[in-house]
Amino acid sequence: MKILVAVKRVIDYNVQIRVKEDGSGVVTDNVKMSTNPPDDNAIEEAVKIKESGKATEIIAVTVGEEKAQETVRKALAVGADRGIHVKVDGIIEPLAVSKILKKIVEKENPDLVFMGKQAIDDDCNQTGQMLAAHLNWPQATFASKIEVNDKSLQVTREVDEGLETIEVNTPAIVTCDLRLNEPRYASLPNIMKAKKKPIEQINASDLGVDTNPRIEHIKIEEPPKRKAGIKVASVEELVQKLKNEAKVI
Amino acid sequence: MSVLLIAEHNNKEVKPFTLNAITASSQIDQDLHVLLIGSKADDVAKSLSEIPLVKKVLHIDHEIYENYIAENYTAAILKHADKYSHIICSANTFGKNLMPRVAALLDISQVSDIIKVISPDTFLRPIYAGNAFATVKSNDEKKCVTIRPTSFEAAETTGGSAEIEKIDAADQTENTKFINREEIKSDRPELGTARIVISGGRGLQSGENFKLITDVADKLNAAIGASRAAVDAGYITNEHQVGQTGKVVVPDLYIAVGISGAIQHLAGMKESKVIVAINKDGEAPIFSVADYGLEADLFEALPQFLEELNKLNTIQK
Repeated sequence: MKILVAVKRVIDYNVQIRVKEDGSGVVTDNVKMSTNPPDDNAIEEAVKIKESGKATEIIAVTVGEEKAQETVRKALAVGADRGIHVKVDGIIEPLAVSKILKKIVEKENPDLVFMGKQAIDDDCNQTGQMLAAHLNWPQATFASKIEVNDKSLQVTREVDEGLETIEVNTPAIVTCDLRLNEPRYASLPNIMKAKKKPIEQINASDLGVDTNPRIEHIKIEEPPKRKAGIKVASVEELVQKLKNEAKVI
Repeated sequence: MSVLLIAEHNNKEVKPFTLNAITASSQIDQDLHVLLIGSKADDVAKSLSEIPLVKKVLHIDHEIYENYIAENYTAAILKHADKYSHIICSANTFGKNLMPRVAALLDISQVSDIIKVISPDTFLRPIYAGNAFATVKSNDEKKCVTIRPTSFEAAETTGGSAEIEKIDAADQTENTKFINREEIKSDRPELGTARIVISGGRGLQSGENFKLITDVADKLNAAIGASRAAVDAGYITNEHQVGQTGKVVVPDLYIAVGISGAIQHLAGMKESKVIVAINKDGEAPIFSVADYGLEADLFEALPQFLEELNKLNTIQK
């Protein structure tokens, strides 16, 4: 069984986002970038399945500018066998990414495609479902547990009401939740080994996919600021403030 | 052209976030139709038809829709999409799962999780966990939009009398089977719609200690939330998680106890009207969004808080 894992390079989750003054976007120069956190869970799950003997190959794929390759390299360091970097500059929307990934799936014929449930930059939560639609494959989103069977998966999904379990036949798309597993760190020897693993570069334009954005970003701005609050000295004072000043209890 | 909202329900009742999405949809276009896909869901069709903002209910009733499966819903929606300018649903796990599948097959770049309708093609949406707001304009001819429920009032549920039109089912997928759903039943208000929310973080140190939170929640008739750290540590189950990847809440009062205030948690609660933080680390980032901060050991402060609340006899329900 072959697993394709899609990863995205985003601003590190610990970085305080700063909005550009001209309203054109957020500051990315000299800002720490990392793999989108739930994509790390997707890689980890694929590696665990391979370690259990149920998968034979893991391919990590990313779509993005030159430096996006770093996320593929990191995936190789934790256990992916080879990488694919689809190069494209500028803003690329989930719809276009899903069309590019469809092309990669058609070329590689994986049995499973894993990715994070959502990217923490645009917070769209679309790519996995869109890819499933293009391929007419079943989708198991927001997965917190995956059981691999012969020709199907049993997936526990985190939903508003609690947990839902579905069974999907393979080939299938799974989008991963942060609670699916605990992503491992790459060891130094594995980081060195990963440098020798192959990463194939493909230009998005060669895939025949229209990547022009359909959505115009008219303005990016800071959210309204909250008024500075106060510190209270005691529980009594807190309760009095809540009752008499804020009038919420 | 009209707009089409996809209803979330359990075949007995309309789910509350659909009511918020109805309000948002009617701001896009008043000619609002609601699509109900269900099994033996006549009661739901009737309640939808009584919502004054709803102009028409399209009702597909078939046993294949007893459980919500995105693949089956998508096939049903696509049969009717051509008559509408916008396809809309709520941006909770229901709509997040469903809408991109619909959008991709219509070749539409979806606008996710909007918090404001500026015009029928322009919307405000948070990005980077709410650390920036983007004004976006969709240039697709038809639009697929999901609505952040907490950013819109719930629609009135009585007084309307929309027509209910029965329509046919679509094909069923053979590749996805529903197995079960473990719903956690609770007498408390729902986290997404509660007037007061009290949340615990890693500072609670154990699941047993969440009782301190529960006791206060009982007194205030509050919903119980948690940080991701508390959920990951196993103190409490996932449906309580507030944050970027959990639930977004906007209560009148949010009380954060033993929560340091990671960016991803703040994303889920910082629009609350009044925020209280109780934390023994005076430098914790949660204090930067709190209206009232109490630097104290929660194991002393929470019992005292309960005691003080007991002295008041005017707690609003």
